[in-house]
Amino acid sequence: MGTNKGASVRFESVQKSYDGETLVIKDLNLDIPRGEFLTMLGPSGSGKTTTLMMLAGFEPATHGEIFLNDRPINDVPPHKRGIGMVFQDYALFPHMSVAENLAFPLKVRKLPAAVVEEKVTRALEMVELPGFGDRRPAQLSGGQQQRVAVARALVFDPDLILMDEPLGALDKQLREQMQYEIKHIHKNLGVTVIYVTHDQAEALTMADRIAVFNDGVIQQLSTPDELYEKPANAFVAQFIGENNRLNGTVRKIDGNVCLVELDCGNTVRAEKVNVGGVGARAILSIRPERIELAPKKGAMANNLRARIEELIYLGDHIRVRMSVSKTDDFVVKVRNASSRPALSVGEELNVGWHSKDCRALDFNGA
Amino acid sequence: MTVTAPGRVELTALTTGDGTPLKLALAQATRRARRRAFLLVCPLLLFVLVTFAVPIAQMLYLSINNPIFSQHMPRLTAYLQANPVRGVPGEEGFAALALDLIDAKKNRTAARVGVRINYARAGSISLFKSTARKVRKLTGPPYREKLLKINEDWADLHLWRVMERASSSHTLSFYAAAIDLTYDLDGNLVQVEPERRIYVLLFIRTWVLSAVIAFLCLLLGYPVAHLLATLPLRYSNLLMIMVLLPFWTSLLVRTTSWIALLQSQGVINDLLVLLGIVGEEGRVQMMYNQLGTIVAMTHILLPFMILPLYSVMKTIPPDYVRAARSLGATPLTAFLKVYFPQSVPGIGAGFLLVFILAIGYYITPALVGGSSGQLISNQIAFHMQISLNWSLAAALGAILLFGVVLIYWLYDRLIGIDNMKLG
Repeated sequence: MGTNKGASVRFESVQKSYDGETLVIKDLNLDIPRGEFLTMLGPSGSGKTTTLMMLAGFEPATHGEIFLNDRPINDVPPHKRGIGMVFQDYALFPHMSVAENLAFPLKVRKLPAAVVEEKVTRALEMVELPGFGDRRPAQLSGGQQQRVAVARALVFDPDLILMDEPLGALDKQLREQMQYEIKHIHKNLGVTVIYVTHDQAEALTMADRIAVFNDGVIQQLSTPDELYEKPANAFVAQFIGENNRLNGTVRKIDGNVCLVELDCGNTVRAEKVNVGGVGARAILSIRPERIELAPKKGAMANNLRARIEELIYLGDHIRVRMSVSKTDDFVVKVRNASSRPALSVGEELNVGWHSKDCRALDFNGA
Repeated sequence: MTVTAPGRVELTALTTGDGTPLKLALAQATRRARRRAFLLVCPLLLFVLVTFAVPIAQMLYLSINNPIFSQHMPRLTAYLQANPVRGVPGEEGFAALALDLIDAKKNRTAARVGVRINYARAGSISLFKSTARKVRKLTGPPYREKLLKINEDWADLHLWRVMERASSSHTLSFYAAAIDLTYDLDGNLVQVEPERRIYVLLFIRTWVLSAVIAFLCLLLGYPVAHLLATLPLRYSNLLMIMVLLPFWTSLLVRTTSWIALLQSQGVINDLLVLLGIVGEEGRVQMMYNQLGTIVAMTHILLPFMILPLYSVMKTIPPDYVRAARSLGATPLTAFLKVYFPQSVPGIGAGFLLVFILAIGYYITPALVGGSSGQLISNQIAFHMQISLNWSLAAALGAILLFGVVLIYWLYDRLIGIDNMKLG
């Protein structure tokens, strides 16, 4: 398999409305280079599946243009786009055997029978289901059906694969295994993959880049680590991973750092991301694993008094729910090391974090 | 498990904790629920038994059993059973005939017996009636001479053969008559004269017309059912109401409105004349023929095709066709290879339903069918209401019933009744 494969996709100011009154997609601009694994992540109704359907050709764009390999495809019918697609419910044809399902895209392309047979055999080997060709989809387990669906989307060598929540119906263990397998297939074949999911862990595991959708708009488009560590707004911070929010008002801005006065009166230093000027309301976002309990004096830029409300034992770590600055769902993850301090509900102690781990975000984003 | 011999393990019935066999315990536990279920269906079961199953069984029995002759002519019946007819009988047979006719006159049953014999030999009603009128004057033997003097038809060998067959109440002659067969003078089954062969033709016409109607319903109903299953809810609800609208109108009204539309002075012909497509003399004969039957019945039976199709199509996820399209299939290929095969259970159910309904349809062909658009059901009605040959009507009905069961069986073998969805 060549590595120079894969298609590029470009959305140019695409809008979509179903009823003529509300926009499901508001001015979408998205550039996906060859061979990328891009995940569209977002809550249901955020427009990610609609975007996929427009790209596949099942829904017309109300406005704007979609390009596949720099060729506009708005007027190209689905069957001429040459895009492989994996559906949420697999959509394996129940009246055909597995081999017939896999042969379907090859036969409609009128390939010779010998080529069809060879490609089908190879596809079954790729998804580790050799010898399953004669079975009906209903005779396969969910995971096996999933593999067949992936194989069918790949068997006609498309440059672009769309996956619409393909692992949603599988149980957790199988889902994780399939995530790695899909990832490996992507790496080996070098095709472009656009993957829709509402599961943020899945998105972080698989994607080269993640586009976070909400309300018909891409909130942030970046790599998984950047998305997690540097959320661009309060929605992304809240949606990806666990997040503590503290509300306050910006008092001073000094380059990339700003001083925020919390509602309880204390002032903390935070990384300025997208706040308004001095006096604007802001949300501070801090990841639970970046907070330390009872830090040494002077080690952390920010120190606040906190009270332990609840302890949840999770084996490798302990979730400590605390009340800090007028909120009582401030969560700290404490690694279950032998050196960890003894904690008890009702105890009062200091919590601290570095200013670079605390991001000041726009209040409107949430 | 108990060990009965070294190395041999035998399975025994499972038991509950206190040693009751498991099956018995289960039966006891579910008895209440089953009794309740039975009581709930009991009224309907009784209703169906009394008003449906029993009359059907009676009719079927009537088709092979007609006791009118043996009941009203007991002496002659006894004589004919004992002495097979080889020629016109002698005095003994005529004596039995005369005495039975005297009784028949008293009991006013001579005409009924005459009707029974008339099924196989024309002219028998008047023979029996006129003879019975005069037979009272007979005071004694010789009956043969005196009866022949009253009417010399009594010397007809064919008549005696017919009476011999009628004297045994169990007979297949009605089934023979229902497929245009009759007995000749030697008692062999032969086809009736060509101009009287009507039932086989009618059966064939009924089957062909029903198949044509079912096929037309499929052709017209398939796209509608597809729309119903795929349109957004607010449109599909409206469409569904339009499909169901005919159900809220009387069958008679719907049929007569077709008369208003199709007749030679009807709406369609008037329009054609008005538009100058046909001349005043060239009005198209669209009813009182097969065309009328086909048009009206296709319209009336259409919902019975659409509803089973709809219920099957509703369960076909749109992703299947999308998948086929994304895999490179044109809309037509996606339909033929993916959508159509999955709608086959609906096609089977709808076709079977419309076909079976059409085979037994009566009112519509009677009103708009004319003579060429009549179906077998119209003949059955004729024999039930006009000719009063119930046994023949029953035999025709039984053949129809057998045909329907045969189709049902074939369907089960080919597609499977389990696959049928009626809505």
